[in-house]
Amino acid sequence: MLFIAFLLCIWEISVRLAEIPHWLLPAPSRIFKEATQSYDTFFPHVMATIQLALLGLTIGVLCGLSVAILLHRFVFIRELLYPILIMSQNIPVLVLAPLLIIWFGFGLLPKLIIICLVCFFPIVIATMDGFRQTPAELKHYFQMIGASKSQLFWKLEWPYAYPAIFSGVKIAATYSVMGAVIAEWLGAKKGIGVYMTLSQSSFRTDRVFVAIFAIILLSLLLFYLIRLLEQLFVKGRGADVTYSKH
Amino acid sequence: MLHIQNIDKSFDSLQVIQGLSFEVQDGEFVAIIGPSGSGKSTLFQLIGGVTSLDEGAILLDGEAIQQQRGVIGYMPQQPCLLPWRTILDNVILVEELRHKPNMELAKEWLDKVGLSAFQQAYPHELSGGMQQRVSFIRAIVSNKPILCLDEPFSALDEFTRLEMQAWLVSTWETYRKSVLFVTHSIEEALFLADRVIVLTKRPATVKAEIEVPFARPRTEDIRHSATFTALKQQLFTYLKEEAYAD
Repeated sequence: MLFIAFLLCIWEISVRLAEIPHWLLPAPSRIFKEATQSYDTFFPHVMATIQLALLGLTIGVLCGLSVAILLHRFVFIRELLYPILIMSQNIPVLVLAPLLIIWFGFGLLPKLIIICLVCFFPIVIATMDGFRQTPAELKHYFQMIGASKSQLFWKLEWPYAYPAIFSGVKIAATYSVMGAVIAEWLGAKKGIGVYMTLSQSSFRTDRVFVAIFAIILLSLLLFYLIRLLEQLFVKGRGADVTYSKH
Repeated sequence: MLHIQNIDKSFDSLQVIQGLSFEVQDGEFVAIIGPSGSGKSTLFQLIGGVTSLDEGAILLDGEAIQQQRGVIGYMPQQPCLLPWRTILDNVILVEELRHKPNMELAKEWLDKVGLSAFQQAYPHELSGGMQQRVSFIRAIVSNKPILCLDEPFSALDEFTRLEMQAWLVSTWETYRKSVLFVTHSIEEALFLADRVIVLTKRPATVKAEIEVPFARPRTEDIRHSATFTALKQQLFTYLKEEAYAD
């Protein structure tokens, strides 16, 4: 925190000393002033983005978990889909986005698809890793006590993967804000992304920075929200610790 | 009770068990020792129904149980407690796979072994010895006709190990269920068991069988008796013969 304050001070001082025009790089004090002044007009945009990001993240998490479970439990599906999944990650979302608009119009659907796409991958990979890390001795024990395949999964592998799943969701949560902003650039009535494009085209650089700081804050907020959920769900060990072999 | 009848098992071209036969009577504590790599773990996998037999039969109360999982009580080498479950929830795990667990019985047993204060604790809060006690209670509460213990104390330090042996003897003596106990420690086998079966090296078969004459309840004193030393010497000779035989 102290270091961030220090960086902001340097920024403030250098802008003032070098007399950089504020449409090029506004000083932090100016950005802060703008943020408080335009709070009333900006706030609805923030709320719209929060809604979009949360909805997209929720759908992304649900899709990611379902796909991870399917890929883990059915080997033939894994062999079929896993390479395609990896390949799909090489397509930049920015390229996909205009296509999605062409196909699905300017409504909510293409935006949600964009956010889903960015959230989906980290969750699938983290979840599958979590399943795979289940220690062999625990699996053997479950076999010896006569657990069925689905009991082995739901009572052992699934809860064992919780810490891994939450690391995936934490990454996805920060991506979801970015995904929402990108989706809004492409056409929306409200949202931080819209506010950003409008400010940019009218050279209100201070407002662009207000938007940037809002995005950072939102991402952090979501991250800590997931951390909180993690502490509620992952029992027996502190959060941020994967279950180690005992 | 448990009859192992002339069983054979090979993995590919490697014969692990050949013509192995023995039995465990009702309420009897039988220990099996053998040189390392003598197929002790394979034997348990066969009894547990995790691996299939090539020849022979395994009967429990006259019924063939090969390839049937979940008919024996099992305690593995590692405690294999689930880190996200409380001690109480770990104890009822095996029962939970079949039907509604008997919470009262689980609590009663935890109470008997002085762990009732830890009902709601998580496994990582317990020492290694305590975790193994929980693991043993879990096997008892699973309420199967025979308990199979697979080197349960081999991962513990020497002092805890002796303490656990004394604990197991006194717990078992009040409870008297049939036990099949695999170990590589001669002293452990003599101290705990009514009968010790010595296996040959691979392919495993019965090399010798000795009755342990000590009366129950047993105390630490028997470790220093002349009979104990003589039997120890005898078992040691058997094992040495196996280790150097070719």
